[in-house]
Amino acid sequence: MPNRISIRIDGELVQAERGQTIFEAAQSNNKFIPGLCQFKGLSTVGACRLCVVEVQGVNRLLPSCTTPAQDGMAVITKSARLNDYRRQSLELLFAEKNHVCAVCVSNNHCELQAYAQRLGVTNVRYAYRYPKLHVDMSHPRFVIDHNRCVLCTRCVRVCNEVEGAYVWGVAGRGIGSRIACEMDRAWGNSASCTNCGKCVQVCPTGALAEKGFAAEEMVKRQDLVERLATIRGTMNPGGPR
Amino acid sequence: MSQTITIPHVTRIEGHARVSIHLDDAGEVSGAQLHVTQIRGFEKFTEGRPYYEMPAITARICGICPVSHLLASVKACDAIMAVRIPPAAKLLRELLHCAQFVQSHALSFFHLSAPDLLLGMDADPAIRNIAGMIENHPQLARDGIALRRFGQQAIERMAGERIHPSWTVPGGVNKPLSSDAREAILSDLPVARSIARRTVKLIKSILDKFPEEIASFSNAPTMYAGLTSPAGELRWYDGLLRFVSQEGEQLAEVEDPVDYAEYIGEAAMPHSYLKAPYFKPRGFPAGEYRVGPLARLNVAARCGTPEADAELAEYRQRLGDRPQSAFFYHYARLIECLHGVERMERLLDERRILDTHVRATAGVNELEGVGIIEAPRGVLIHHYQVDEHGAITWANLIVATGHNNLAMSRGVEQVARHFIHNGKVEEGMLNRVSALVRAYDPCLSCSTHALGQVPLVIDIHGPQGEPLQTLTSAPAMSPPKSRPPSSA
Repeated sequence: MPNRISIRIDGELVQAERGQTIFEAAQSNNKFIPGLCQFKGLSTVGACRLCVVEVQGVNRLLPSCTTPAQDGMAVITKSARLNDYRRQSLELLFAEKNHVCAVCVSNNHCELQAYAQRLGVTNVRYAYRYPKLHVDMSHPRFVIDHNRCVLCTRCVRVCNEVEGAYVWGVAGRGIGSRIACEMDRAWGNSASCTNCGKCVQVCPTGALAEKGFAAEEMVKRQDLVERLATIRGTMNPGGPR
Repeated sequence: MSQTITIPHVTRIEGHARVSIHLDDAGEVSGAQLHVTQIRGFEKFTEGRPYYEMPAITARICGICPVSHLLASVKACDAIMAVRIPPAAKLLRELLHCAQFVQSHALSFFHLSAPDLLLGMDADPAIRNIAGMIENHPQLARDGIALRRFGQQAIERMAGERIHPSWTVPGGVNKPLSSDAREAILSDLPVARSIARRTVKLIKSILDKFPEEIASFSNAPTMYAGLTSPAGELRWYDGLLRFVSQEGEQLAEVEDPVDYAEYIGEAAMPHSYLKAPYFKPRGFPAGEYRVGPLARLNVAARCGTPEADAELAEYRQRLGDRPQSAFFYHYARLIECLHGVERMERLLDERRILDTHVRATAGVNELEGVGIIEAPRGVLIHHYQVDEHGAITWANLIVATGHNNLAMSRGVEQVARHFIHNGKVEEGMLNRVSALVRAYDPCLSCSTHALGQVPLVIDIHGPQGEPLQTLTSAPAMSPPKSRPPSSA
C-alpha cells in the first residue's frame, strides 16, 4: 500500500501520509485548524472540540485531531457553520470557569485568549457559572489554578507519556471534572512529581504556572516540550503513533 | 416636622455617592450623611489567590489611580518576600508615582473641579463641565488636557501601558527604563512645568472670589495624616506615617508599616458601604482626621523642591500654617502638581535611574505584609496575610477616601447648615454640597463622569419617612449611553 494519500482540504488537492490525522495532514500543508487539547508529540483525546471539520459525505462534524485522513477524503476546515460551533465551544469554556484575562499570568501569551481573538469571540452568550474553585499553591515551584483550567488534559498526557511520572489525572464527572494530583493530594505532597515542569509548559492557559510570575509574565516554552515529546513520546505506551 | 433631604447622585466625582440631610422640627439641619452606595468586595474575593497576583487584581479597584494601588500592593508583597528592592527599582517606582500624581491631580482640578471654580458654582449645569470649559476657557482646558497627557504619557513610556500596567512587580519592576524613554519624558517636562506654574498662579488669583465656600467647606479643625521623610519633607512613595493635630502637635509617627493598626481603627457605618477610619488613641468619632493634598501639606514641613517650596511658603503666609477649609484642597493639589513635575526631573537625573538590575526575587519569607503610600487622594494602605505557600488568607485595604469619610460627612453638614434655614433650602445648596465632596476628590470607584450630568433630585421626607416632596433639576444633557472611557 502506498504511504502517500491524496485528500482535498478546502477544495485544494494535497498530499498526506497514511496514518496522519486530518489535523496533522492540514498542518503539514499549512492549513490552519484551531485546537486547544492537541499537542505535537502527545496522544490525542479530542477534548476541546475546537478542531471540528466538515467531511464530505458525513453529516456531523468530526474532530480533526482524532479522525484519520483517508485517501480521497474531502475536508472543509473553514465555514460559517464551523466558525459558529468553534465559537460556541470557546464561549462555553469561558462561561464554565473564571477566566479573568486582565490579572492572569498568561495574559497576552494564552492560547485560549488567542483563539478567542482569532475566532471573533467578542461576547459570551451563556451565563457565567462563577464556580468557587481552589488554587493549589502547595508545590514549591509551581501553582495550579483550577479557575483557569480548560480540561484539555495536556498536563495529564505529558506527565504520563513523556515524563512517565503519572502525577496528574482527572477527578469528578461532567461539569464537576477537574485535574487532580495523584489520588487527589495537594501537589506539594505528591510522591511522584519530579518537579520537571513539563505540565506547566504545555498548559495552554494560566492554569499551570511558575510561582512568582506577575500578570502577563508567564511565557510558556512549548517548543522544548514538543521536541522532547516527539523523541520520547514514541518510546512510551499510549504515545503518538 | 423633621425632614430628610437626599441628593441621590453627586456628579463629577469618581464613583457614586448619595447625600442625606436631616432637618429637625424647626427646619434646621440636625445631621448629614454621605452614603457610598457600592460594594466592591476586593478584600473578600482575593482570599486564596497567590499574593503576587494582588498588584494586578487590586489595581483594578481604580482606573484613575491604578498606579497607587499597584505600588501599595507591591510594597506589601515586598514585605511578604522580605526583600529590599534594587535602588533603580525604587527610583522608577517613585517616578511612576509622580507621573500618576500629576495626571490625577490634573484630572481632579481641570476636568472635575475647574468648571465649578471658573464657570461659577451656580452656572447652568449644561455648561458647568469640561465641555463648557473648552468653550469659555479654551487655553485652560488645553492646559488641563496637556498636563494630564504628560503624566499619562510618562506612565506609558515607563510601564508600557497607561492604565493598569503590569510593570511594577513584587520585588521591583520588570523592565529597566530605556534611555529613549528617559529622554522623551525629559523633553516633555518644561511644558508640564510651565502649565503647573500657570495653574498655581490661577488658583491664587481666584481664591478671593469664594469667601462663603472657604468659610463653610469643612472649615473645622481635624487631625491630619500623611507621609514624610524623617526630616519632615513631603513623601509620596515611602516615608513615615505621621499624625499631627490642627495646632501642629506631633501625635504619632508610624515607622514600621505593620504598626498602622495601632493608630488607625475602622468603624463600620450603618448608612454607607464606606468604612470610617479613625485615630485610635482618640477613639471614635473624636479621632477624625483628614488625608490628601491639604493634609499632606499640613503634616510636612516642606516639599523638598525649590519652586513648590516657594509656593508652599506663600500658601502658608496667606492661609496660616495649617489651613483647615477643604476649599484649600484645590490650592494644595496644584502646589503638589508642581512638586510632582519638579520631583520627576530630579529622579530622571539620578545616576542609577537607568540601571538594569531592577528586580529582587524571593519566595514567601513573612506571613504578613503592609504597604503604605500616598495616593493622590491620601494615605493608602494595603495589608495582606498569607499562608506558608503564599495564598492570601486575609486582606485589608484602607483607601484615601475612607480616611476622609468622617470629615466629608461633617463637611456636608456644615455646608447644609450654612445654606438651609427654617426648612428652606437656599438656591445653590446642592451645587455647593457637590462641590465640597469634589474638593476632597473622592475616588469611590473606577468610573468617572466627567461628561454627562445626572439630574439632581432632592427627596424631602416627613418624620415617619413618608415622601413629602421631590424637587428635580432637569438633566442638562442625557447621560451618555455608553460610559466615556475613563482616561484620555
